[in-house]
Amino acid sequence: MPKVPGLVKGLGVTFGTMMKTFKDGSNTVQYPHVKETPPLRARGVIALHEGNCTSCMLCVRSCPDWCIYIEGHKEMAPPRRAGGAARKVNKLDRFDIDYALCMYCGICVDVCPFDALFWSPEYEYSEPRIADLLHDKTKLGEWMETVPEAPELEVGADKKGKK
Amino acid sequence: MNLASVLSADLPYWAQSLLRVLGGLVAVLLPAGTVVYLFLFKMMSFMQSRLGPMEAGPQGSMQLFAEVGKWLQKEDIYPARADKFIFKLAPLIVLASTFLLVVVVPFGPDALFTDFEAGVFYALAVSSVSVLGILIAGWASANKYSLLGGLRAAGQLIAYELPMVLAVVGVVIQAGTMNLQQIVVAQNADSMFGFSGLGNPYVITQFVGFIVFMIAVQAELTQTPFDMPIAESELVSGYMTEYSGFRFLIFFIGEFATAGVFSMIASVLFLGGWSVPFSWFGWTTIDSIDNWMNIVGPLILFTKMIIVVFFIMWVRFSYPRFREDQLQKFAWKVLIPVSLANIMVTAILKVAF
Repeated sequence: MPKVPGLVKGLGVTFGTMMKTFKDGSNTVQYPHVKETPPLRARGVIALHEGNCTSCMLCVRSCPDWCIYIEGHKEMAPPRRAGGAARKVNKLDRFDIDYALCMYCGICVDVCPFDALFWSPEYEYSEPRIADLLHDKTKLGEWMETVPEAPELEVGADKKGKK
Repeated sequence: MNLASVLSADLPYWAQSLLRVLGGLVAVLLPAGTVVYLFLFKMMSFMQSRLGPMEAGPQGSMQLFAEVGKWLQKEDIYPARADKFIFKLAPLIVLASTFLLVVVVPFGPDALFTDFEAGVFYALAVSSVSVLGILIAGWASANKYSLLGGLRAAGQLIAYELPMVLAVVGVVIQAGTMNLQQIVVAQNADSMFGFSGLGNPYVITQFVGFIVFMIAVQAELTQTPFDMPIAESELVSGYMTEYSGFRFLIFFIGEFATAGVFSMIASVLFLGGWSVPFSWFGWTTIDSIDNWMNIVGPLILFTKMIIVVFFIMWVRFSYPRFREDQLQKFAWKVLIPVSLANIMVTAILKVAF
């Protein structure tokens, strides 16, 4: 087969793409009408499982742009066993993530030792006012419903990773 | 009663003029709108595997009106140090050259604005007026990017004006006339090697000239392989940088209307213009043509224009940009010698046969 000059080949590529778009439709979708499902592990929004949080402040300290705000106080809880001493537990008063600052690095999710933070692929939470991007702990808790089940580990994966 | 008698006898002068103005507006704006929607919006999108505008009207067909509405609302900004009068004048000069260009294009046996003996000469001369508009747009903007873009545009348009003129000379030699109407007649009344079924469209006999002409047109329109003057990645938008609102709109219309009109001229010169080969209906001269060609003729010319613009835009959407020195080298070292050789060969063959 004789060598096709690059100039002609280039024209062929664009023409071929045009015919393909005519026949099979485009690679894009009409967004507000049609929505693409984001990948399972997409970093859309961070959800908070409040019960797991001990307000240990690890996420706050590891956040590169300081967009997590935690306030808490210590409370006395009844002992676990009869006759034991009363326990001190941390109560969470405030857990806010400012998505106007967040850069979606996910360090907070990785660093959390108690599995209180999760990635959710949800992405439609833009706001007309920038202050509304500060999600409080109720709103972060609501995102928990959108967190997908963790996918199966691949064969041979290190299961000792995060406990 | 044909169109010419309507225009010359039955109507008073003001009505004739009004008709001509309306006809000119349609002949410039309709191709511009079609080209923008069909090619800039849709074909480019499809070649990039996307759909383009879809919301305004069915398949986004009203998008252009939405865009025009948007531009008309915008503030008319001019830079503080700009030469105001000239700054405002520049887009009008560019658009005016398009309107002057469409005057000589024949749309049918009688459907033409003016039957001008030196039509080719006039068209090529008038098309250079837009350079003036672009140059003063770049200069009056008081902006170094605009000035660079304007100077590049001037250098490029002057360089590519030459091969364009020289490519057309081949057609003029072969047709023996500079009247665009006569060139159409010559192409369709003629026969090719005794076979008259196709007439004699000069795209076949003047193929080299056609290619040179199309490349020069591409450069005249500053479409992509030759879009150094408005190179958006280095000059923002060249001579159009400082223009906003309806002045930008005028530049925009001018660009695509000129694409349409140049394609019409290319169809007239090389593809047989408004006519079908005369032998199909047993015509021999321009006077024997049936009157319905005045209605069908513009449609045929429009179809041919669309095909020519398709190729211009196809190349535009496929190729990367020339560097400034490559661009000049290509014009002076390749296109001009080729078109000169084309003239020589045409002249020799014309005398020989």
